[in-house]
Amino acid sequence: MVGRRWWTPWLWLAPSLALLGVFLVYPVVDTLRRSFLDRRSQSFVGFDNYKFIIDNPQPLVSDTHSALLNNVMWLTLFTAVTVSLGLILAVLAGRVRYEAVAKSAIFIPMAISFVAASVIWRFMYEYNVHIGTVNAVVTELGGHPTAWLQNTGAPQTPFTDLGPSTAPQPIQVNNFALILSGVWIWTGFAMVVLSAGLKGISNEVLEAARVDGANEWQIFWRIIVPILSPTIVVVATTLVIQALKKFDLVWVMTGGRFKTDVVATLFYKEAFVIGDFGVGAALAVVLLLWVLPIMLISIRRFQFQEETR
Amino acid sequence: MAKRNPSTAAVAAAPRALRLTEGLKWIAARGPLHLSILALMVLWSVPTLALLVSSFRDPSAIASSGWWNVIKEPFDFTVQNYRSVLEKQGMARAFFNSLIITVPSTTLVILVAAWAAYAFAWMRFPARNLVFLLMVALLVVPLQMTLIPVLRLYSNLTVNAEVPILGGRIFGTSSFVGIWVAHTAYGLPFAVYLLRNFFGSLPRDLFESAYLDGASDLRVFFRIVLPLSMPAIAALAIFQFLWVWNDLLVALILLGDPSLAPMTLKINNLVSSFGTNYQVLTSAAFISMALPLVIFFALQRYFVQGLLAGAVKG
Repeated sequence: MVGRRWWTPWLWLAPSLALLGVFLVYPVVDTLRRSFLDRRSQSFVGFDNYKFIIDNPQPLVSDTHSALLNNVMWLTLFTAVTVSLGLILAVLAGRVRYEAVAKSAIFIPMAISFVAASVIWRFMYEYNVHIGTVNAVVTELGGHPTAWLQNTGAPQTPFTDLGPSTAPQPIQVNNFALILSGVWIWTGFAMVVLSAGLKGISNEVLEAARVDGANEWQIFWRIIVPILSPTIVVVATTLVIQALKKFDLVWVMTGGRFKTDVVATLFYKEAFVIGDFGVGAALAVVLLLWVLPIMLISIRRFQFQEETR
Repeated sequence: MAKRNPSTAAVAAAPRALRLTEGLKWIAARGPLHLSILALMVLWSVPTLALLVSSFRDPSAIASSGWWNVIKEPFDFTVQNYRSVLEKQGMARAFFNSLIITVPSTTLVILVAAWAAYAFAWMRFPARNLVFLLMVALLVVPLQMTLIPVLRLYSNLTVNAEVPILGGRIFGTSSFVGIWVAHTAYGLPFAVYLLRNFFGSLPRDLFESAYLDGASDLRVFFRIVLPLSMPAIAALAIFQFLWVWNDLLVALILLGDPSLAPMTLKINNLVSSFGTNYQVLTSAAFISMALPLVIFFALQRYFVQGLLAGAVKG
């Protein structure tokens, strides 16, 4: 429009810019500042709060090492399992006539809040074999019930009689159980996105491969996976962001007890339960540092989109 | 299958044995596929089903026998759990709190984001792409980065007078207005991003002829852009609605007053005080799931689109 004044666009942007300034931009700067101040944000302490995270001086109150390790497990296991399951389901569901029903059944958990899902899985993991479905199945098959959400030992089959080991493990049973509940929620997401990508692969390519004598296994690994790889990257990126910031599932199911804390729950404890804004802010900065590479990638992708528009 | 059989008459005439071997072949070829899909469908549905079934069982039955025992006593259901959780535990109040929090937050974010998205898509001004890029960058900022300062800010700005109808403070912590504004701000980066991309894809001719006819920006915005963008707005509305409805973290920090707690916060408190009283927990959880499930089944397409587009949100 010709007659627009120079400030007209800014008038349209003003409400958004004001809200983003107050609730996102200023807080990010302020949290960065507080991460170098003491627990009441009064005096400068340098890198002490970050040293606290690295040195882990109070493992009984807030075990930073365990939280970091658990988050890494979330990042790797949760992402890998969810993407693989989503891909398998997308391929399988595309081959049956009841595809829509099958997809709905898998996607429904996405509609459920993490809080409700936590109740669902607490109920599934209940120790009492007359209540907890998982333990009922395990005992029915001849195994021993496990306290899925309390057991900090390494995973072993419920059918061996070794008893839980008490030493801290890279993969704790309870952290693993929490991660599986996350997989249950997010597989539907991975499946739907990958299935949309799959529909984009032309049938001629697949038919040509079949005519040339490729079996379904080869078609999956040599054609479907390479063509879908950009979509797989998008799905994995999304899941990584989710894994890094995981809070609700852990908080409602275990409250971070039994060494299940992740960085986001430890942040909440430090900042709002213990009341140490310094360490809390530093933990939030750790979360930000984690998503920073992803932020840069999405900006690059956007610039690329604009140039090719 | 129909394509492979030349005609139904031929099939009817075919010897029995041939049809049997064909059937067996079909089972050998397709059986594992169907079995694995059905197994996964069952596996994915069982947890939700367990919750739903249990929420209608008698408390003593829940504590003494597994939910799968309903097969033996199929009609032994009660709504007593729901009655008690709605009345005694205050889930009814929490349900309305969730609505009071969610509906304005959703409406506000759409309005504010649509204004900004229109400017980004159809106005030329210096630094346009830079400002938009900064917004995209804010999309993945973890909410945790903002919570300490926002809580400090809210404590300083809390107006202690109460709003008679809503029963909360006018502004600050424990106020509905405070949480509306916070959710609107947190929802903006994604909303602006989604709407700007959609507005930008509308045909250019439409705008040029409207501007030539002397239509003002406001007129173009309300008469052309909003009506044409309903699919995107619907997807955004569903996404934002679910995001706020299912949020625990923001409510946990900004709504200290238990009488204002939405259902997520209420359930979180029930879990810590009732631990394994599943008659309370299962029915409470199902009440909070009901509305999202209805939206899912009624508006599946927009639902999926909205969730897919917004999954990276901080």
